Amino acid sequence: MAFAMILVPLLFAGFAALWPSNRWRPWVLPAGAVVYAVLAALVLVQPATNPAPEAWLALDALGRLMLLAVSTLFLFCSFYAVGYLKERASLNNRVFVSCFMAFAAVLSLVVWARHLGLLWVAIEAITLVSAPLIYFKKDKQSIEATWKYLLVGSVGIALALFGTFFLAYSRLAVAGEASLMLGELLANAASLSRPWLRAAFILLLVGYGTKIGLAPMHTWKPDAYGEAPGVVGALFAGGVTSCAFLAFLRVYQICVAAGETVFVSRLLLFMGLFSMLVAGLFMIGQRDFKRLLAYSSVEHMGILMIGLGIGGGALFGAMLHVVTNGLTKGVLFLTAGNIDRAYGSKNTENVRGALKRLPVSAGLFLAGFLAITGSPPFGPFVSEFTILTGAVQSGRWLTAGLYLLLLLLVFIGMGKTVLKVTQGEVPPDLGPGRPRERLLTLLPAIGFLALSLLLGLYIPPPLGGLLRAAARLLEHPL
Amino acid sequence: MPNLVNTILVIVLALNLFALGNSRLMSVIRIVSAQGVLLGLLPLVMHGHITIAALLAAGVGIILKAIIIPSMMLRALRDADIKREVEPLIGFLPSIILGALATGFSLLFVTLPGLADEAAVSLVIPTSFATVLVGFILLTTRYKAISQVVGYLVLENGIFIFGLLLVEALPLVVEMGVLLDLFVGIFVISIIVNHINAAFSSLDTRHLVSLKE
Amino acid sequence: MIINLIVHFCLLILMPPLLLGIINKVKALFAGRRGPPLLQAYFDIGKLLRKGMVISRSTTWVFMAGPVVTLAAVFCAGTLIPLGRFAAPISFTGDLVLFAYLFGLARFFTTSAALDTGSAFEGMGAAREVTFAVLSEPALFLVFFVFVRLSGSLSLGEMLHLAPAGYVSGAVAPLVLVAIGLFIIMLAETCRIPVDDPNTHLELTMIHEVMVLDHSGPLLGIALYAAAMKLFVLSSLLLHVLQPFKSGLAWLDWLIFAGGMMVIAGTIGVVESVMARLRMNHVPHLLVAAIILCGAAFVLLVR
Repeated sequence: MAFAMILVPLLFAGFAALWPSNRWRPWVLPAGAVVYAVLAALVLVQPATNPAPEAWLALDALGRLMLLAVSTLFLFCSFYAVGYLKERASLNNRVFVSCFMAFAAVLSLVVWARHLGLLWVAIEAITLVSAPLIYFKKDKQSIEATWKYLLVGSVGIALALFGTFFLAYSRLAVAGEASLMLGELLANAASLSRPWLRAAFILLLVGYGTKIGLAPMHTWKPDAYGEAPGVVGALFAGGVTSCAFLAFLRVYQICVAAGETVFVSRLLLFMGLFSMLVAGLFMIGQRDFKRLLAYSSVEHMGILMIGLGIGGGALFGAMLHVVTNGLTKGVLFLTAGNIDRAYGSKNTENVRGALKRLPVSAGLFLAGFLAITGSPPFGPFVSEFTILTGAVQSGRWLTAGLYLLLLLLVFIGMGKTVLKVTQGEVPPDLGPGRPRERLLTLLPAIGFLALSLLLGLYIPPPLGGLLRAAARLLEHPL
Repeated sequence: MPNLVNTILVIVLALNLFALGNSRLMSVIRIVSAQGVLLGLLPLVMHGHITIAALLAAGVGIILKAIIIPSMMLRALRDADIKREVEPLIGFLPSIILGALATGFSLLFVTLPGLADEAAVSLVIPTSFATVLVGFILLTTRYKAISQVVGYLVLENGIFIFGLLLVEALPLVVEMGVLLDLFVGIFVISIIVNHINAAFSSLDTRHLVSLKE
Repeated sequence: MIINLIVHFCLLILMPPLLLGIINKVKALFAGRRGPPLLQAYFDIGKLLRKGMVISRSTTWVFMAGPVVTLAAVFCAGTLIPLGRFAAPISFTGDLVLFAYLFGLARFFTTSAALDTGSAFEGMGAAREVTFAVLSEPALFLVFFVFVRLSGSLSLGEMLHLAPAGYVSGAVAPLVLVAIGLFIIMLAETCRIPVDDPNTHLELTMIHEVMVLDHSGPLLGIALYAAAMKLFVLSSLLLHVLQPFKSGLAWLDWLIFAGGMMVIAGTIGVVESVMARLRMNHVPHLLVAAIILCGAAFVLLVR
């Protein structure tokens, strides 16, 4: 099944690369995504089994959770991409469609990989398939964004490789043999060489953290999210970061199994709070609403780290937050793309009164803003609140206080820009006419919002079970 | 054997410093290519006997690190018609000194208690650290896109050296990982370098400043 | 014993110009020329010694003393250094300090003589010479530190004979670093490419040649000869690191030594052929690199 889920998207990608018509090529995406979603559903309905220790490809609860979250995101985004590419019909979309589709194959590899080397290869492949997506518009700004993404991302990935080697060496130094199989490392975690394990953790935190987009390695994010099409931003904020986060979770598991929880959680809490602070500060006075979303992504990755750092009950919250954040980011990026195209600008100096000009998109954008900043009754409220509860329960009052304070900072900073975009009068030079809002570019956003709302009100029991199983894997990896 | 390995490694360390202090981009590329040859030889002498994995790593390593990538960069250099890194963020002399401090730090760092015994005798780990750090210095203090790519290459060389410790235990995984990383990184980056050159008529990353707060 | 002493002095006195000849021959081969005969430097020095002198009226005895004291100091340094596996004529504990400062003395008189002429160009050359010396001298001392650490002796002879045993005992890495550093020091001290170009007479770019610009006839001959001897002494120092083997037969060891010196001269010729002279403001980078390499070697030993 794993091979099918890797090969099928690749087949579609190859098909898209060969398909001659620029006009009809985008339809490969939804077709491929539907097939992919069906395959994913078939995998997910099977009862979970414990992965065999020697298997290179196997699916545990964490992998299942990510597969569920990201394949949903991918499915919705693929429909939006058709609508988007229709409006950008003058640009050649061959590379875009192929790379977009290939992303699904890499996603499968990430969720299935049980070998840290293979996992690293998969994360590397993400860089490879996602860079052309940022570069789609081929103007100077997108070159600059791609260059920064590649350079920062490559260095991050290189450090992750270095950290992976350290991890292997931490066993080699003690036992005289090495392995990068997750099962084997977990089973022998207690005997790993401490200094090397800690060094490996720091390097992997920096390395995968670059891809996740934690401050201060987040510098590529505003540029890439700002210049890439909105749908690519959604795929990055919900997909690429989640994949890198999963890779990081594997390392976290090993460190927890090795009994390094105190060391790990101190670092994670620091990184998480620092990311939230940096994101909050850069959000205040931010005029570019796509860059704003990028900083929001930095902030939410910080929240995930805080959830991991607190541990215990907060782990469930962190797992839920991966899902709710991905969905809500979907709403925000897709509608931001719509507003960006309707105004031809993403600066609040030119973009005002979006509620009057694009009532549906702007309404969704506003709702998405409320959701992502943790207002009830949306999903992120539940997940962020669970993390807070976890912090209070474990007696981390300082963390809880800072966390709330930073959430407030973010709410103010983000609200100011979002309200500027949605409220007010339409600038007079744009004319009275309303641009048409396509169904294809609205329905996916509506779908995302509906799911986000649903998760805020009611978590379906199968999902709840999956989340609990994933949190358990983090707390007791063995 | 450790003598031979250490000899190669100190030459690698010396080349690091020369790469830091050289303003002529072509010479820097040559230096890094020489480093690639030395690193390619390392797997052959590292463990006292030659395995197929080591041979493969050496062959692919030398071809990629010492021939293909340097010649790609030299071509980009010719196309862009630039010769020197004119004024780096940190001058050449300070960056040499910084590199030396990094080297000294790495040499002393591995003698800390708790790290592997192997670290104290062999130079593999300190050289690896020092090379990674030098790569970082190059990456962060140079403005020309090509110099930054060279920095990345040096960084990768450092990781490759560390990977050699694992060659016995994890044959192929290690070298192939490094080489894949290198290949992907450099390949994609050179494509984008070409695009930068075409769009901005320059390889100076100071032109890439339109995106900021 | 006596024979070895005699050979030592013969080589010290007779061989230096030959090294210059080899360097020039190699450079000519690289450039595709036939080049001057190997012994050309002897002819040049002989010719200069037979010529008359023009001495500026503004100069004092310092101008005359410059080349003479330089030659004397370098010669004394040559008696302190052991050639090959043989003992040096003079040896005592701490002679390495004297060795280093004999070069300092030579430099002091060369630069003083240059300043004595009152010419702006020569003053510039002198300034450059001492600027670079500030960097090359500590590097030389770091080299000695490494040797002292390796051999546990403070006498130049024992130090140089015992230190290369590091090749056997596992201290190869510091020795390789020292060899690279020493090579750079040698190039800088003897004013070869890439630090200085002995062939140009462009006042703006050169160091040693500009300092002896006003010397003529025998004085110039002595200056040239002293420079060649400096090259000889420093090369023999480098040879100790590069070539630690000994055969046991005296005549064979002398041959090995002479051959090694020629190989070093050939290497210098190759370096001069393939490299361009560095920009003046980049020379310190090279010297700092030499200091760092020797320093790293020292750190490796003591850590």
